[in-house]
Amino acid sequence: MNPKLIELFNKIKEKGLTPEREERLLAELHFEGAHGIPGKPAGGGIVPSIYEQNDLSVLQEMPAPHAAYTTCLHSLDELLERDLRREEDGFPRKIRVGRLIKPGRGGKDKVVVVPTTVEEKFIHDNVIAPSEEGGASGGTGEGEEGEIIGEQPVRPTEEPGAGGAGQGEGESHEMESSAYELGRILTEKFQLPNLKEKGKKRSFTRYTYDLTDRNRGFGQVLDKKATLRKILETNINLGNIPDVGDVDTTRFLVSPRDRIYRILSREKDYESQAMVFFLRDYSGSMMGKVTELVATQHVMIYSWLLYQYARQVESRFILHDTEAKEVPDFYTYYNSKVAGGTQVSSAYRLVNEIVAKENLARDYNVYVFHGTDGDDWDSGGEEAIPELKKMLTYTSRVGVTIAEHGYSHNTEVENYLKGSGLLNEKPDLLRLDVMGEDSDEPRLIEGIKKLIS
Amino acid sequence: MELINQHTKNIMEGCKERARKAGLSFQDETLEYIVTNRDLLELSPKVMIPTLYDYWVHDVDVLKEKGKYELYPHNPYETVINTRPPISFYNDNNPDWLNVMIFYHVLAHIDFFQNNLYFRHTWDYDFNGQALSDKRTIAKLRAEKGRWVDYVIEFARGIDNLVGYHSELSRLHRPPATNRSKRLDFYFDVFLQSVKKVSVTEYVKEIERYNDSIKNFGKQGEKTFFADAERKYPELEALFTRSLGEKANHRRDLMQFMMDHSEFLKKDANTWMKSVMEVVRKTSIFFQPQIRTKIMNEGWASYWHDRLFMQDDRIRGHEVDYARINAGVTAMPRVGLNPYALGMRLFSHIEETADKGRYTFDFLRLSDAEAREEFDTVTGEGQKYIFSVRENLCDFTFIKTFVEQDFINEHKLFVAGKRLNQGRMVWEYYVKSRKADVYRRMVLDSLYHPPFIEVDPKKTAGNTLYLVHHFEGKPLVKEYIANTMMGIEYLWGGPVQLETSVVEAELPAQESAAMVEETEPRIKWCRVLYTMKERQLSQQQIET
Repeated sequence: MNPKLIELFNKIKEKGLTPEREERLLAELHFEGAHGIPGKPAGGGIVPSIYEQNDLSVLQEMPAPHAAYTTCLHSLDELLERDLRREEDGFPRKIRVGRLIKPGRGGKDKVVVVPTTVEEKFIHDNVIAPSEEGGASGGTGEGEEGEIIGEQPVRPTEEPGAGGAGQGEGESHEMESSAYELGRILTEKFQLPNLKEKGKKRSFTRYTYDLTDRNRGFGQVLDKKATLRKILETNINLGNIPDVGDVDTTRFLVSPRDRIYRILSREKDYESQAMVFFLRDYSGSMMGKVTELVATQHVMIYSWLLYQYARQVESRFILHDTEAKEVPDFYTYYNSKVAGGTQVSSAYRLVNEIVAKENLARDYNVYVFHGTDGDDWDSGGEEAIPELKKMLTYTSRVGVTIAEHGYSHNTEVENYLKGSGLLNEKPDLLRLDVMGEDSDEPRLIEGIKKLIS
Repeated sequence: MELINQHTKNIMEGCKERARKAGLSFQDETLEYIVTNRDLLELSPKVMIPTLYDYWVHDVDVLKEKGKYELYPHNPYETVINTRPPISFYNDNNPDWLNVMIFYHVLAHIDFFQNNLYFRHTWDYDFNGQALSDKRTIAKLRAEKGRWVDYVIEFARGIDNLVGYHSELSRLHRPPATNRSKRLDFYFDVFLQSVKKVSVTEYVKEIERYNDSIKNFGKQGEKTFFADAERKYPELEALFTRSLGEKANHRRDLMQFMMDHSEFLKKDANTWMKSVMEVVRKTSIFFQPQIRTKIMNEGWASYWHDRLFMQDDRIRGHEVDYARINAGVTAMPRVGLNPYALGMRLFSHIEETADKGRYTFDFLRLSDAEAREEFDTVTGEGQKYIFSVRENLCDFTFIKTFVEQDFINEHKLFVAGKRLNQGRMVWEYYVKSRKADVYRRMVLDSLYHPPFIEVDPKKTAGNTLYLVHHFEGKPLVKEYIANTMMGIEYLWGGPVQLETSVVEAELPAQESAAMVEETEPRIKWCRVLYTMKERQLSQQQIET
């Protein structure tokens, strides 16, 4: 166990703790696990049912065909248009976009998006069984009645696995390109408001197109003045103009190469001017669904930024438990496992340090998105609030997402954020979104809207 | 998609010859195609029927986790489809010996399609051709009506699992007409049982009286019999005459009922919708037997490929390759159900049992374990017996009839339970039971079974359609109810009501003294009435 953590715990304990809180802190303290990238999820484990097996896969080992997400994207515009029209016709929408599928085979987790839908019918609900007892299935072989013949972790991805290192690079690239696609869909589907619509002084729109480039020989519009100048130049060189004071234009030799045209060119308006910090709480209490929610929401924000600003936005990733650290890429950020205690202030402090050291505030619009379960050992926010105040002096927006566990409400972070009055003082700069741990994707999207509108 | 080459086709023809000799029966012509992954991508949403109608949902990945197979009456990726001629699909790089095995498997499937009585309604036409003409109809309508065609398809598909498949079948399986008089049938089948509701003894007495009359009066027997009966029941003649006028009372499924009675669909502008609905209904009915015979069909095919492959002289030297593949297909999983393995073992078990003459009264009345063990009358009827099983049963009856304790013991089968160990956060799998009853129950529970929902003609008053869900212990998936009912409302053109059961309260599990097994909480159900009116769903409890 980390001695520093124990020291911190003791310090907090001296200040007084409710027994219930102490228990939770202790749970985190004793949480067995280390940060790291998970390896392969435990393969198999899923009990096959009668109807999942078919001749093509069983006899001929043909993999079930899966449409590449690019194929799906092809028809996506059409599908979305159809969906919009459904609404006009008075029927509920049917297409859902932005579903994250992470096929785990061979440890190659991917973020892929496909349009999905469901055909609704009257069917029996088989999942009314009590939650501790899963469905019964068939089996064969030795074993007395009552004997346990095998077990499977409830959350396979959280099992520590070997071989996580050494495959980072390629993976993260893949992650990035698919995230880009996801962003494209999010932007189109949900019409997220642009960041610049918040009344920012400097625009960082993508590109403008203008007839600014000149080209000899061919092009779209003949630049007569430039062409004439060029012809003159050529003729001077040819010795065709004996007296510059008296130019006889009829004697000019005109070469085709002398014609200067204006052609369309792509102009970048401004340099990239946004810096987005993603902060994720990866303490032990973040075990399970809440981490998935926070990470998924950050995937969405990240993807959308990648798309909307054509990669002109720079992103920084910070993970924190009681200490914060910066990680190099989104892949590590997204996949790192939870462990340890929680101190939100550490992450805020790190952001402030980075911004100060690199003087980012002068050149960038700084955005901070923070995801947590709302638990903080620093319960009054005594350290976090000053850091946050400092942060609000330069950021354009700080968005805090709290994914609450089923058992906790009015979490520490929520309490001290509300208590500080910052939410009301600077509604433009600080936003808070609290959601339950069983939130679904539409709820996440709503959350993003709330954070950035 | 292209046909297999002549060399491979030759192998197939050889397989057909040998399969026929073994007793399988199927038509001469078959078509075999090589498919690529790309082909499969297009085929699988269309259930491998290349000519199935287009529908936009086929372009989208459909979420299936929630309802899983319950949503569809078919298996999405079949190697062989039940058309005339049957079409089967192959990987282009299968070695010859593997093709031999697959061909036998496919031929047994075709034999099953063409002989199992649950497929009776698919025998008289080629679905592929039918589907093509339906596809053209829908394409033509789509050109005229645009997206409204898709709405109708969507709403019709929303209820396509409620089609009256069994009543469709029963129409085809009417017993041959008897030469008994109609009056007699009416008297014994309807009048005494439904109108008078006489007791069994009285009923038997009437039969005896009838037999006596025939014996005593010969040809005049029936007349004498009825003369007496009419004295007793003066209203008999009038009721009989009325019954002759009534048409046979067919059970109507929801879709059929709406096509017949919906005022909305009767409007001139909307009659085209009926043809779309008919296509969806026909398609669904065509696929119904497929999912109801999964275990039998795969079991039958596995039984035969195993048997015929080992006898085939053309594959010498590939026994080991075959064994490896075959084990993957037909091994019993430690946990889980494998229709290939279960069905194949059950067929073998039935054959062996019938060979020993154990499906007889003589065997069943034996109670001495040793005598049962040694009972063998060497009938040699096993083959004949399994052929009749393949002809007459479906998964439900197959499992219900033949899964017995001997079978469970022989293959060391058990019901595997799964429970949460909260301390270690793992799912534990454990041997729950080795009793045949429990195993049978478990398999039966996992079979496809759509909810039994009927139109109540009496409560369908005015323009309100009243549906009754006959509750069988499982509620309907709640989040699908609204949209499904909205679809029905659209097609019906008026409010729709659905009577069903929902969980009222979960009572805490009672700790039973005997075993910890009985921890399932008892659920209290209550009847509710959903009403869909102007696309708004409301719910109210029904007093019972």
